[in-house]
Amino acid sequence: MSPGPGPGADPAVQHAGPVHVTAELLATKRIGAHHHLTLVAPGVPERFRPGTFIAVSVGESHLARRALWIHRVRPVGGYGAAVEVVVEPRGVGGSWLTRLAPGARLEVTGPLGRPFALPKEPVSCLLVGEGYAAAPLFPLAERLRERDCPVTLLLAAEDEAHLLSALEARRSARAVTVVTGDGSVGRRGSVPAVIDDVLAQAGADVVYAAGPLPTLHAVAAAAEAHGAWSQTALEVPLTCATGLCHGCAVPVVGETGVARTARVCHEGPVLRGDRVRWAELLAGPATAPATGPVVTP
Amino acid sequence: MTVELAGLTLPSPVLVASGCGGTGRELAAYAPLADLGGFVTRSLTLNARLGGPQPRIVETPSGLVHAVGLPNPGLEPFLATELPWLVQHGARVVVSIAGSSLGEYAELARRLGSAPGVSAIEVNLSSPDASAAGVFDVREPFHAASVVSAVQRDLPRGVPVLAKLRSDPVRVVESARTVLEAGAAAVVVGNALPAAMPDGRAAGLSGPAIRPLALRCVADVCAALPGAQVVGVGGILGVDDARSFLAAGATAVQVGTALLHDPTAAARLAAALHHDSEETAS
Repeated sequence: MSPGPGPGADPAVQHAGPVHVTAELLATKRIGAHHHLTLVAPGVPERFRPGTFIAVSVGESHLARRALWIHRVRPVGGYGAAVEVVVEPRGVGGSWLTRLAPGARLEVTGPLGRPFALPKEPVSCLLVGEGYAAAPLFPLAERLRERDCPVTLLLAAEDEAHLLSALEARRSARAVTVVTGDGSVGRRGSVPAVIDDVLAQAGADVVYAAGPLPTLHAVAAAAEAHGAWSQTALEVPLTCATGLCHGCAVPVVGETGVARTARVCHEGPVLRGDRVRWAELLAGPATAPATGPVVTP
Repeated sequence: MTVELAGLTLPSPVLVASGCGGTGRELAAYAPLADLGGFVTRSLTLNARLGGPQPRIVETPSGLVHAVGLPNPGLEPFLATELPWLVQHGARVVVSIAGSSLGEYAELARRLGSAPGVSAIEVNLSSPDASAAGVFDVREPFHAASVVSAVQRDLPRGVPVLAKLRSDPVRVVESARTVLEAGAAAVVVGNALPAAMPDGRAAGLSGPAIRPLALRCVADVCAALPGAQVVGVGGILGVDDARSFLAAGATAVQVGTALLHDPTAAARLAAALHHDSEETAS
């Protein structure tokens, strides 16, 4: 019923149900404008697929959960595997999370949502990420490389401090384009300004994008114009993040062409770009901030 | 710890509140629905509703303000897909209904009454989204009684009606008495309080912020109507909260907002209350 995965969805990418656990903060490290939090959350790493996310509780007094992209899963001595998430110290939730000290315990649910669908064939892929939201694209690039898909990366941010893992990007992609709003790294500009050129150059069959809604809209439109499939990882404020409250519904076009809504946390966060009714979505006040974690202020 | 509610025998006094359990499938990922007293669906209308514009839910101190707009697939798709799945997974299904007219309530009751697997009907008489949603406006107790009568008339015997009332401390006893006289088997007290989104849209307020008021309303109804069966709802987060409502005279409780914060909340409360009852028995 949902705007389903793009071409050649991988049948192996099935929902292994999420878990709700008390996680331990193993490490917190500031890198540029972001904080990278390493969490030991039993059950989450082995279920992770690129594009899924975790929801964390901000203490007892804040009822809405905070959704965080999983940036990587890595082995940690003595703990098995841990998940790393990227947080910006903005809003009540982001500030609270970035102030936590190692050893802190927090309620975590995940991995949640539908992951990026992986192509069955080794097709050319362009990955577009802006700011901290580029986090899920790095593990995605690894999965695509395992499938012999040529990967091109377009990374964007307002400035160098908000650029995520640009050095690491060069290891995971055949070609990397960096654009910053102030021109401090790479080209000066924005995703909407360069996406057509980058897409033409990459000759991509599939475009994966993660970032603010206007960026995703620009990518989806460019992909359509170039005859490529697009998969967009939407970011809107989530309340429960588990599909229970129907608070995060966005306008989409169903398989039958009928206008309907899809819950970002449950049918998304990855939705096919050609299935989202962008104009309607962007007209509403639910547009996620250009930067900053998905938090309810 | 079984409870008798509205003629039904439930394995636990903890039910999932309407609008906070998704379709049931999402919640079942964390705990079996069969272990809970019941699963109250989001309010169903005859025809599908997309729901309201964003933002639909905002956080407020100790609560959530919501103007979701009763999104639901409509009755037929629910009967075809969601209801069989819930029944198959052992849920005791309480279908919440909302109509734009008495005729629509009656039609919903008629069609749900003949559907296998519906344990009870919960009549949503107090949706704070109602002003925006075109739902029959229940301002006076006699309006509520009219809805309950219309629903009751079209239901087969054995499918009880639960009437969900607003936590209005001034009129809740009168409303409860009226709907019980009209044929409701139990009352559910209390729904989200009328509130407003920051942009002024009509909304509901739920969560711990409304718990003391909901508890007062439950206590008043139980005291004034000793024979009445009351289901307490409103900001129940922990087991102590649930115990307070049961101690005030509620037969059962519903958990809503807590599930949005912790999807295992209902299962945890059910287990804790079961433990209570075992200790009492031993």
